[in-house]
Amino acid sequence: MSEIAQKVKAIIIDKLGVEESEVTPEASFTNDLGADSLDTVELIMEFEKEFNISIPDDQAENIGTVGQAISYLEENVKK
Amino acid sequence: MNLKRVVVTGLGALTPIGNTVPEYWNGLVNGVSGAAPITRFNAEKFRTKFACELKGFNAEDHIDKKEARKMDPFTQYGLVAVEEAMKDSGLDLEKINHDRAGVIWGSGIGGLKTFQDEVTAFNAGDGTPRFNPFFIPKMIADISAGYISIKYGFRGPNFVTVSACASATNALIDAFNYIRLNKADIIISGGSEAAVTEAGVGGFNAMKALSERNDSPQTASRPFDADRDGFVLGEGAGALILESLDHALARGAKIYAEVVGGGMSADANHITAPHPEGLGAMNVMINALSDAGLKPEEVDYINVHGTSTPLGDLSESTAILRVFGEHAYKLNISSTKSMTGHLLGAAGAIEAIASILAIKEQTVPPTINHFTDDERVDPKLNLTFNKAQKRKIRVALSNTFGFGGHNTSIIVKQYEA
Repeated sequence: MSEIAQKVKAIIIDKLGVEESEVTPEASFTNDLGADSLDTVELIMEFEKEFNISIPDDQAENIGTVGQAISYLEENVKK
Repeated sequence: MNLKRVVVTGLGALTPIGNTVPEYWNGLVNGVSGAAPITRFNAEKFRTKFACELKGFNAEDHIDKKEARKMDPFTQYGLVAVEEAMKDSGLDLEKINHDRAGVIWGSGIGGLKTFQDEVTAFNAGDGTPRFNPFFIPKMIADISAGYISIKYGFRGPNFVTVSACASATNALIDAFNYIRLNKADIIISGGSEAAVTEAGVGGFNAMKALSERNDSPQTASRPFDADRDGFVLGEGAGALILESLDHALARGAKIYAEVVGGGMSADANHITAPHPEGLGAMNVMINALSDAGLKPEEVDYINVHGTSTPLGDLSESTAILRVFGEHAYKLNISSTKSMTGHLLGAAGAIEAIASILAIKEQTVPPTINHFTDDERVDPKLNLTFNKAQKRKIRVALSNTFGFGGHNTSIIVKQYEA
């Protein structure tokens, strides 16, 4: 697992109060991990803070699963 | 219109002198002070370096970690006190009409720590707003009533009263009235406050409202003593389950006491100073007695607002003499803030509980820390100094007054069928 993936998972576990085993790449924040709309906004903000980037709203809307968050960040943080 | 009778069927307390009702009462009758050096933040540069904080309280012992994170401490405190009160009431959530069950809570300030932390973080940044999406719903005072309703599925009347240190008594009076008017069967009421933060202590210090007796925190709250120098900030919550008598009897509930009257008035005089002749305080007790249909002579115990400020205590004792006349000397009067400190918007809740337990136990909790008589306070008044007193108590009145000139009194009576 990449360093980014590890950090993303840690943020999700902390903010959503879920078990590590639940945080699979396919897991949806809202459907599987119990996040509501405010939780999702908070997650995106935490990613922005941790990786020191800014995620535009139209792109944030496409980040709905653990895997999507990891690939978005791996792609954009490296640049 | 026939008004419903209203009774109290459950109690919960989270206070600086005890985290449950039995512990709270034990602290009260034994004259325990909840004051100690501030641990919530570094108070080294503050004029007041002590407060009445909760002891050994960990929100996550009571609330799921994930949920607790989204709540300001004032909401956490409220939920914990309500949990105790709900258990105590024996209410079966399967058997009640949830549309006729409400929550009317009180908080003077709401999420002060949340507000302070978020604004501090913003100011430390480069001007880019990065406010947490939970900032507003954590901070607003009414969210406490929202969380309580969600937890128990209470879909009836739901709001929070804000009248500074009178907030919880306003909440109780509203709850009493809605049940009396048959708008609800059950209302969870009370109040919570968590203002022991830099902004809270610093703000009250700037008003010169707080005691600065840093060399002796435990004797700092000394209502009616000649050397009182301000109130001691407290935190916590009190919860009361109010229920129509019919509803309580139908389910065979334990009844602590009956709520028989509430009074409200304004000083309309000054934003923070009490009326010099205690006009608002006098009117509010008269209003409450009239609402209860009681004569002054029927009152046995007054749990006073008595915050230990030079002006407030004097104005209140003057008002009591004017309302009760000769009977004032037969009353027991005490300020339990001498022990708990001042819980602001939660004060009315824990003091209503103290008044109810005084009736139940036929014991008046004391005004501790009395060392020197104030010659301006009538020495014939029995202020229950330093030691609890046993006596017959049928009717108790509890006063709370708030910055803004808001005055509230509530009267509770031994339940008689």
